[in-house]
Amino acid sequence: MSKVTVDRIDFDVRSIRKQFPLLAQSVRGKPLVYLDNAATTQKPQVVLDTLSHYYAAGNANIHRGVYALSQDATQAYEGARSKVAKFLNAASPTEIIFTRNATEGINLVAQTFGRSMVAAGDEVVISEMEHHSNIVPWQLLCEEKGAHLRVAPINDDGELMLDELAALLGPRTRLVSIVHMSNSLGTINPVRRVVDLAHEQGIPVLIDGSQAAYHMAVDVRALDCDFYVVTGHKLYGPTGIGALYGRSRLLNDMPPYQGGGDMISSVTFEKTTYNELPHKFEAGTPHIAGAIGLGAAVGFLTEVGFDAIASHERRLLDYATGMLSELPGLRFIGTAREKASILSFVLEGVHPHDVGTVVDTEGVAIRTGHHCTQPVMDRFGVPATARASLAMYNTTDEIDHLVSALSKVREVFG
Amino acid sequence: MSELRDLYQEVILDHNRSPRNFGHLDDANRRADGHNPLCGDRLDVTVKVVEGVVTDLRFEGSGCAISKASASLMTEAVKGKTIDEFHELFDYFHRLVTDETLPVDERALGKLAVFSGVRDYPARVKCAILAWHTLKSAVTDSQDIVSTE
Repeated sequence: MSKVTVDRIDFDVRSIRKQFPLLAQSVRGKPLVYLDNAATTQKPQVVLDTLSHYYAAGNANIHRGVYALSQDATQAYEGARSKVAKFLNAASPTEIIFTRNATEGINLVAQTFGRSMVAAGDEVVISEMEHHSNIVPWQLLCEEKGAHLRVAPINDDGELMLDELAALLGPRTRLVSIVHMSNSLGTINPVRRVVDLAHEQGIPVLIDGSQAAYHMAVDVRALDCDFYVVTGHKLYGPTGIGALYGRSRLLNDMPPYQGGGDMISSVTFEKTTYNELPHKFEAGTPHIAGAIGLGAAVGFLTEVGFDAIASHERRLLDYATGMLSELPGLRFIGTAREKASILSFVLEGVHPHDVGTVVDTEGVAIRTGHHCTQPVMDRFGVPATARASLAMYNTTDEIDHLVSALSKVREVFG
Repeated sequence: MSELRDLYQEVILDHNRSPRNFGHLDDANRRADGHNPLCGDRLDVTVKVVEGVVTDLRFEGSGCAISKASASLMTEAVKGKTIDEFHELFDYFHRLVTDETLPVDERALGKLAVFSGVRDYPARVKCAILAWHTLKSAVTDSQDIVSTE
């Protein structure tokens, strides 16, 4: 846990951990080992302080307030938008729409872009490794429009079969929606290549960045994608806030999502004119504190730096993969060459749910179940997996705790 | 470990390893599917009811140790009982795994008493009661898939 030098980048995990007050606690009398980061990450002090300061000293409704407090709140909220835009390298903050989470970002695109662009007989292409949140919104849309959902398969390592995806693209394809990094397999998809393949045929691409965005630097202009969604609570930020990046040209052409205050420029009973970007897509009082907290979180991530985060997490993943491989009867689900921070596995003869309960009694928090990716479970012929997922504050000591907790599973179940 | 042994008692581990009445009952006249979306458990219960008595029953499917052992021990406990007696046992079992104030009457419960450890693991209650809900659905003649969600 002392200072380690990885690829010439100094990363002091102990000083990182000190910034996360929750990590210091005990569970069932054992020090907490939090390895459920793919579900949600813990929050650094700077995010907690930002939230508390906003409510204690900065709370007012935003936009159109003529008094100082409201103007300050507006400035903080719009400042957060600029931080998120910079974080994703969007061309302009007006391309960042605040949402509740990544799920809402995808639903927003399905209900606006999708409902205006997809007609009977058209197709939407996704992959077999999608989270339910990148399956169901498209199923709802396709059902409504009489359109078809096409699914690009994955191989036995849990990698996207790119040629198969390319073969699905055609004149009826209206959108490709694909995950950047799988939450149940850890696979990192070659999204830039997917974008190129789709753009050759003029097809826009949405990327679900829920998992990727806290492990690697995301540059929406380098990816050349048309939409990119993230969720705040996995970016070490608050729950209830997320962001959708959309290319201005597309966002401008899209109908609004929800009707209400802030998304209009004028209303009469005869006709309503919609507000300009990004406000057109943000009806009602938004999660002001959440957005400001998210701004603080992406600031924190940038300060720590993705070079340092990625090397530390890579080292942890390699260490954990090696240690877990030595456990008898353990099989990894998800062995892609390009993967990050996720160890999904099954133990022969023991249901993942029992694995989760046993390691919990050792203070180790992992997730067990289908991880909202039932088609992935079907693909690998398992009802569920146990999943340990890493973040910047995890240590090799914690991996050792996981391994020793997993050996307890064998003691109980034989 | 002792805390863990309260949940995973030897009887539970034994019935998980070698579940009793496992399979499909060919001359069943009632059946139901149960599903626990939380852990992906699915089970199928086939039952033969003759003049209000559960004369035979089987279960099959996949699940965690708690759900498999619960299904297995349930089949042993319910075989030969009337449907009314099953409903009484269902209510008692449900309270056993959820109600911390309920005294554990080992004489009335027999081996089922081992499930009292589930009380300390609220996330596992659904695993313990899946088979029971499924059987209840089968004997009340509802053919819908039972879900614990």
